[in-house]
Amino acid sequence: MSGQYIIRRLLIMIPVLFGISLIIFTIVRVLPGDPAVVLAGPHATKDVVDQVRVQLGLDKHPVKQYLLFIGNIFKGDLGTSNRTGLPVMKEIMSRFPNTLLLALASILVATLFGVTAGIIAGVKQNSKFDYLSMLVALFGLSMPVFWLGLMLMLLFSIKLGWFPAVGAESFKHLILPAITLGANSTAIIARMTRSSMLEVIRLDYIRTARAKGLAEKVVISRHALKNALIPVVTVIGLQTGTLLGGAVLTEIVFAWPGIGRLLVEAILSRDYPVVQGVVLLVATVFIFVNLIVDILYSYLDPRIRYH
Amino acid sequence: MVDSRLDIEKPVIKERGPLWDVFRRLSKRVTAMMGLVIVLVFLLMALFAPLLAPHDPFEHSLAHKLATPTWDYPLGRDELGRCILSRIIYGARISLLIGLIVISIGILIGVPVGVASAYFGGKVDFIVQRFVDTMLAFPGILLALLLIAMLGVGLHNVMIAVGISTIPIYARLARSSVLAIKARQYVEASRSIGSSHLRIILQHLIPNSLSPIIVQSTLHMATAILWAAGLGFLGLGVAPPTAEWGAMLNGGRLYIRVAYHVATFPGLMIFVTVLGFNLLGDGLRDALDPRLKT
Repeated sequence: MSGQYIIRRLLIMIPVLFGISLIIFTIVRVLPGDPAVVLAGPHATKDVVDQVRVQLGLDKHPVKQYLLFIGNIFKGDLGTSNRTGLPVMKEIMSRFPNTLLLALASILVATLFGVTAGIIAGVKQNSKFDYLSMLVALFGLSMPVFWLGLMLMLLFSIKLGWFPAVGAESFKHLILPAITLGANSTAIIARMTRSSMLEVIRLDYIRTARAKGLAEKVVISRHALKNALIPVVTVIGLQTGTLLGGAVLTEIVFAWPGIGRLLVEAILSRDYPVVQGVVLLVATVFIFVNLIVDILYSYLDPRIRYH
Repeated sequence: MVDSRLDIEKPVIKERGPLWDVFRRLSKRVTAMMGLVIVLVFLLMALFAPLLAPHDPFEHSLAHKLATPTWDYPLGRDELGRCILSRIIYGARISLLIGLIVISIGILIGVPVGVASAYFGGKVDFIVQRFVDTMLAFPGILLALLLIAMLGVGLHNVMIAVGISTIPIYARLARSSVLAIKARQYVEASRSIGSSHLRIILQHLIPNSLSPIIVQSTLHMATAILWAAGLGFLGLGVAPPTAEWGAMLNGGRLYIRVAYHVATFPGLMIFVTVLGFNLLGDGLRDALDPRLKT
């Protein structure tokens, strides 16, 4: 049953991936200007522009162009950077592990704090802790990531000197960026956990567990939590993808050498092949993360598989 | 003689309309009212910036660059010696403009697409929804960044890019509202008396699916301001002398070690404004449609 489910999910993913490549392809080519000039960069000579035109097959029919674009992607060829002359794939792969590390550390922070706060707030509904944590969560949702990063840097690096302000050399360098990037997700996860907890503890089976005289601790940890955390898993998964995109601002603040910073540098220097490559990669990773979450979800909640 | 008619006063029922009703429900929540106050202050700042700003936001004085707060310059001066308070007040105009335009793009394109998709169903719905799925598969700010990369940097392009990336959200929202309403009896009744598609859509489907869209727009105002400030911070937004909160923060970032007030106050302003719209949005959701409460 579940093998079939995974195959079905994988099949659904294929058109979405093609859709994404089609949107990127269209945006890059439909917008004003000659894409060959744009992709070759502002200082390219006419020869280079012509070379790019042939290389990208821009003299061919649009459908053929798209197929060529897809074919190159499958070969792992995303073109060459206008700035460095290196293959885009190489540029991305040298930075991607850093972003992945940052995103995973952030999701760890967010899950740890978010789920804990959400459970306590849900169990002790309308308590002071509940109000306070939900207010803090709302703050977390409204906080500009880049400002939070600067303020943390100001306090913990410049004033207190506990952590380094910029760079990515050691574990200590990871802490402030991870908290910064994870703040928003912490808030979302805390709110989700709380509402899911509130929904579950009103169900009949919890009343039964209480009625048969189980300690409240056991009711919460063994009975309520298991079901309450199912929707939270989805949110955590979705956040992982969002963090990959949101890393852009955090990476700029902390001079973290990831693909977010690469993307901004590429946009500012009009290095289109790199922009196209980074966007394609992040969107693809996001879809894969969603797939993994969906499969995980079907294991946690067997009802899903039968739909 | 006693008048045989019974002198019964007709009970007075004041008709105050649905807006008053929403406000009455909203006013019961402290957090929602706090949000409303913040939003009103923000709107007043944007509208009356020239009257409220103590100084010219563009007047610079390199002799006073990075000066700390004084009575004359309550929030200090920035890297070019300009009054930070005045620039923050003028910055409200840009943020308001960005928010309104982004939401307008999202609603004006997203809602009709979503309504048509749900109303006609079938193949139209399938194709539109796959397209929406694909657009939603771009995480967060990424689609906006791709559009800016291609359109070029600048305030207009930021608004267009962020606006376009909100279209799928409105399309999805409008679709799910309409799907729920479409099956109601009054829609069927209207169809049975021969109303045209356009009449059913304009008279029944759109007005009745407005609540979630209003709530979403308020919350989106927060997101739009946040994203646009983020893009300004990355140097992709307004051209230099314009006072925009994200760009101000970016200017102050480099001086964080020597003059932290330059980056602190614009960031605080973004935070408070976004918080205001979030509080108001949450409150409106509870007041307009308690079923949506999460």
